[in-house]
Amino acid sequence: MSPSADNAIETHSLRKVFGSHVAVRNLSLSVPRGEIFGFLGPNGAGKSTSIKMLLGLVHPTSGESFVLGAASGDVDIRRRIGFLPEDFRFYDWLTATELVQLHGRLCGMTKEKLRRRVPEVIDLVGLTQHQDRRVKGFSKGMLQRIGLAQALVHEPDIIFLDEPTSGLDPMGRLMVRDILRAERERGATVFLNSHLLSEIEVTCDRVAFIKNGEVVMTRDLHDMPMEEVGVVVDARNVSQQAIAGLTQWAEAIDLEQEKLRFRVRSTDVLPDIMRFLVASGADIFEVTPEHISLEQIFVTIMGEDTSL
Amino acid sequence: MSNIAIIAAVTLREAARRKILWTALIAGALLLAVFAIALRLQVVEFQSRPMSPFVRYQVESGMLMIGLYTCDLLAVVLAILTSIDTLAGEISSGTIQAIATKPISRSQLLIGKYIGFVGMIIIYVAVTFSATIAVAYSVTGVLPENPLHGLFLIIFECVVALSLTFMFGTWFSTLTNGVVVLGLQAVAFMGGWLEQVSGFSQSGHIVTLGIASSLIMPGESLWRRAAYEMQTPLAGSLSFSPFANVSIPSSTAIVYAAAYLCIVLGVAIWHFNERDL
Repeated sequence: MSPSADNAIETHSLRKVFGSHVAVRNLSLSVPRGEIFGFLGPNGAGKSTSIKMLLGLVHPTSGESFVLGAASGDVDIRRRIGFLPEDFRFYDWLTATELVQLHGRLCGMTKEKLRRRVPEVIDLVGLTQHQDRRVKGFSKGMLQRIGLAQALVHEPDIIFLDEPTSGLDPMGRLMVRDILRAERERGATVFLNSHLLSEIEVTCDRVAFIKNGEVVMTRDLHDMPMEEVGVVVDARNVSQQAIAGLTQWAEAIDLEQEKLRFRVRSTDVLPDIMRFLVASGADIFEVTPEHISLEQIFVTIMGEDTSL
Repeated sequence: MSNIAIIAAVTLREAARRKILWTALIAGALLLAVFAIALRLQVVEFQSRPMSPFVRYQVESGMLMIGLYTCDLLAVVLAILTSIDTLAGEISSGTIQAIATKPISRSQLLIGKYIGFVGMIIIYVAVTFSATIAVAYSVTGVLPENPLHGLFLIIFECVVALSLTFMFGTWFSTLTNGVVVLGLQAVAFMGGWLEQVSGFSQSGHIVTLGIASSLIMPGESLWRRAAYEMQTPLAGSLSFSPFANVSIPSSTAIVYAAAYLCIVLGVAIWHFNERDL
């Protein structure tokens, strides 16, 4: 199957089995170009294996995947790919500058380009004052930063980041967020694998939830608040018939004491619901639409026990 | 600069930073000092009594072979110990992921690393080999026969061991890799001795066992060929030791070692391409 030109990443029924363990069951995914795409799932869901298959580090058992229109594993297309592995580490006897230079050279950058770009990208990740220090003395956060610099030095068209903020302090996380937005402005696609749902929520354009090696849901985060809204109604005299009638607009309906909770696809239906409740004899005191966080969606999809 | 050259250069720098290299150089220097003292004592002893220049030359030449054998042993151990974790260690730590996702094929990556280590081996062997000969010459005035043949064969032996650490490094952890390759080296050593013994005993079984050992790991036969090339023709027939020869590996053994190296390296590249990182 040939990939669509609009997609930076495309996978079709990607599967990876290690011995008797199915790491990725059936991954079918499309990531449009120019987006920051979040890849979410509990530990052991197959996120890192999926990234490694996309990058050609792990050979799939079956299925196919394409990055920037080329089959995963294509060597030449890697000039346009940046990758920050989880727990980035490298020869620790290199200085920060030498490390970034080496990765830039491997990506085919000229000396002139390296001279301009290396200090620029080291500054971008906030390591200018450590640029001549050996990586050996770097903290985990600093390693993440220099790892990000090597992933960005050649100005790739797509950047894969595997848990990029796990070792970073809040300032570092803000920095990563700003860098990713700047990369999107430049036109790059970002594929972000992270456990930090709050980070994903404020950074990503779209997310895919992966469970047991399969994509179970893909959501556009810009549309999400309008798509699904939690509502809390302070009301008395809500009859069972009224609750049954609410199902035509709402789901996850729950009445506890005088709090009626439910979820609707859009706030547009709220006036109809209120009219229906009043007509059924309920007394309404307050109606509060609530934003549903990514975390709530994550827990709903994955179930309570996600600590595999 | 091609990506293979970039990887080779960084690997050479990486290898040069290994403590084991400097330890081996210091060990080599210490052994050289002991060697020089022993030679000097021998020369003084020879001067104290009448001796035919021919016998004296043979003994001093034999001592030079002891020095060169030590140099060979150190180089092989160094080749193995410095390279056992270059693939195995980087795969298990994940270091290799940042490189293997760059526009460089896995074959190029492996070959680049391999060239880097071969470069290190050439420099190390050239330095210690030349120093050993220089010391022997300055003390006794003796030079080996065909030193360049000997140098080439010692480097060749180290590179065979290196190829094995690369091949097993694509399968095993660092420690297992080291144990397996050093074990094979021991098999080769035993094989060399068995072939030597077979020269005297005429036992068909021992000959077969010796040849089988040399086929499994042909490194030692390269040393024995190097010793044969470098020693005086008479010395070989007078001695019975690892640095002299009763059973001399033929040119076919050298060709076999070259084919063995190519196959091992080919398997290493194939498996490195096939495996998940």
